[in-house]
Amino acid sequence: MKLTFNIQGGDFTHAGKPSSEVKKVLKQLNVDGKTVKNIVIALYEAEVNVVAHAWKGTVSAEIDENKITIFVEDDGPGIPDIELAMQAGYSTASKQVRDMGFGAGMGLPNMKKNTDELLIESIVGKGTKVKMVNYFK
Amino acid sequence: MIGDAKYHSLDPSKCIGCTHCMKSCPTEAIRVVNGLAVIDHERCVYCGQCHRACPTHAFYVEQDDLAMIRSFKYRVILFPSIMIGQFPGKYSEDQIYDGLKKVGFTHIYEVEQPMQVMIDSINEVLADKETPKPAISIYCPAIVRLIQGRYPSLTENLILRKAPHNLAAHFAVEQLMLEGALREEIGLFYATPCIAKIAAVKSPVGESESIVDGIVNMNQLYNEVMKVISDDVVDDNTVQRKNLSTEGINWSLTRGESCHFGSRSIAIDGIHNAVRFLERLENDQVKGIDFIEMRACDQSCAGGILLTGNRFMTVERLERRAKRYPSAKEIHLENNQENSQELKRKLILDPIVPKPHFAFGKDRVKAMEKMDKAQRIVCFLPGIDCGACGAPNCHALAEDMVNNKAKMSDCIFLQQKWVDEGRINARKAFLNIQKKWGTDRFKADCNKRGRRNEGF
Ligand SMILES: Nc1ncnc2c1ncn2[C@@H]1O[C@H](COP(=O)(O)OP(=O)(O)O)[C@@H](O)[C@H]1O
Ligand code: SF4
Ligand code: SF4
Ligand SMILES: [Mg+2]
Repeated sequence: MKLTFNIQGGDFTHAGKPSSEVKKVLKQLNVDGKTVKNIVIALYEAEVNVVAHAWKGTVSAEIDENKITIFVEDDGPGIPDIELAMQAGYSTASKQVRDMGFGAGMGLPNMKKNTDELLIESIVGKGTKVKMVNYFK
Repeated sequence: MIGDAKYHSLDPSKCIGCTHCMKSCPTEAIRVVNGLAVIDHERCVYCGQCHRACPTHAFYVEQDDLAMIRSFKYRVILFPSIMIGQFPGKYSEDQIYDGLKKVGFTHIYEVEQPMQVMIDSINEVLADKETPKPAISIYCPAIVRLIQGRYPSLTENLILRKAPHNLAAHFAVEQLMLEGALREEIGLFYATPCIAKIAAVKSPVGESESIVDGIVNMNQLYNEVMKVISDDVVDDNTVQRKNLSTEGINWSLTRGESCHFGSRSIAIDGIHNAVRFLERLENDQVKGIDFIEMRACDQSCAGGILLTGNRFMTVERLERRAKRYPSAKEIHLENNQENSQELKRKLILDPIVPKPHFAFGKDRVKAMEKMDKAQRIVCFLPGIDCGACGAPNCHALAEDMVNNKAKMSDCIFLQQKWVDEGRINARKAFLNIQKKWGTDRFKADCNKRGRRNEGF
C-alpha cells in the first residue's frame, strides 16, 4: 500500500504529520515497536530537513509485507557535498531555525542510524531525493 | 484483556442516539446501532468521556451493594482526598468524618497516606538507570489502558509502582492487624471517583489480585453522608488524619505528582490532551523529560465523573486544605511503619504488558489488504464526519465496512447519490435510515432533545 503527503518549506508548525500517519499504519500492521520508532525518527528528520532547508516537497511511503520504502523528494537548494552534510553536527541552518530548536546537525546521521538503507541524491539549485528502506522483523 | 468486564453500561430507555458520546470517545469505541449507542468494551479505556458528553445521563456505573460492608467487623472506607473537596465549605472535616462513621464505616483512610513511602518508592524507580525516560505515572488507570492499547511501545515507560489506593489499603491492614484485627475481619471499601479506578480495583493491571473488597461510587457515598451529616459541632476526630500530608492531599490534583519528581517533569490532564501528547512521545519528539504525570480527567480527579462538586471549586477547597497539613517528611508513623520495607515491597507492580488493539486483525498481509480496501472506500465518502451512519467519522465507517460491521448504504450521502443515480429507489433509502435510527426520529416532537436543549 502507498501513502503520499506534501510538505511545505518553512512550516515547522505542521512538520510531523507524514511520520505520524505512517506510524499509525505501521502500528495497525503489527510492526514491532522498535522498528516503528526507527522509521518514525528517520522520516521525521527527513521531513524537518525539507521544512528547514528546501522550498517544498513530497513524501511517499510504500509498505509491503516485510518492508517500508520511503521517498522524500524536494524542490530546494540541494546539498553540494553530501558526505560533509552526513557528518554529525554539520549544519548550515540559519540562526532563526536553530532558535526554534532545529538545526543541531544530527538529522542526516540519525536517518542513517535508524534505517536499513539510505540513499541521497541531490542536484544543487534543483532539489534533493532521499530514499529510505526499513525491513520489518 | 482491555475491557474484559463491563464496568459501565448504557440505559437504552434513556439513550436518544444523539451521537455526542460517540464523537467524544478517544478510542472510537462507540457506535450507534438501531438508534442506540453501543460500547465496544474491547476498545474502551474507561476514561468516562462518554458520560460527560451524554445529554440524557444514559450511562451508568456498576457498583457493589453498600449493605455488604455489614459482614465485616472492621469496615474500612478508603477514599481519595478529593472526596473532602466536594463538600460545601460549611462542613468541617470533623463533620464529614463523623458522617462517614454514621454511614457504617469503622475506620476511615484517605488513600494518600503515608505519602513519603510512595514518594520514596517512585524516586527509587527514577534513580534506576535502567528506567526508560520519560517515566510515566500509572496513577490514572484510564491512561494505563490507553497506553497498553494504543501506544504499546510506551508501556515500558510506565512506573511499576502501585497507586495510592493500594498504599492506603496495605497501610490500613498493617495498622489494624497491629491493633489485633484478623485479616479476614477487615473489609476494605474504596470510594471511587471514576470508572477507571473501578476497573483498576476489580481487574488490576500488573497485580495478581486486588486487595480491596468492594467499591462504592463516590457520588453515592456523598449522598449517603449528606443524609446523615451533622450540622452541629461534633467530637474532634483530627487524630484520624494524623498521617495526612500536604503532598498527599494535593496528589490527585494536576501537578500533585509531577512537582515531586525529576529535574524536568510534565503534567497533562484531559484525555484528548493525553492522546495528543502520547503521539508526540511515541514519535520521540519529547526530549529531556524525566517524569510525566498524566490523568484522563480535566483537573485530574477533581473532574472525575462520579464527583458531585464543581471541579474548580473542589480544587480550590483541596488546595486550601492541603496548606493546613504538615509536609510528608514531617510525619512519623507509629511502630516504625515508615521504615516498613514490607509496605514498600507491596507497592511494586508486576510488569505491564502491551495489549495493542488491531482494527484489522494481527495477520499483516490480511490487514494490509483490508487497509487498502478501507482507503479506497474512504475515497467515496463525503469526509464530513457527520456521524449519521452510526460511526464517529468517515474513516471509522470505512473500517467498519471492511470488517463487515457496516455497509455502503449506511452513509446517508452515498445513499442519496445512489437515489439520484437511480441505483436504489427513494422508498428503500428512507427505510434504510429508519432502520438505523428508528421510526420516532421522523416524528414531529417539540420536546426532542439535543445539545442546546440540554444546556450545553
Ligand atoms: N533536503 C535538504 N535540502 C538542502 N539541504 C539539506 C537538506 N537536508 C540536509 N541538508 C543540508 O545538510 C545539512 C545537515 O543536515 P542535518 O544533518 O539534517 O542537520 P540540520 O538539519 O540540523 O542542519 C543541513 O544543514 C543542510 O545544509
Ligand atoms: S469510557 Fe472513554 S473509552 Fe470508554 S466508551 Fe466512553 S469515551 Fe470511549
Ligand atoms: S483522572 Fe482520576 S478520576 Fe479521572 S479517570 Fe483518571 S483516576 Fe479516574
Ligand atoms: Mg535536519
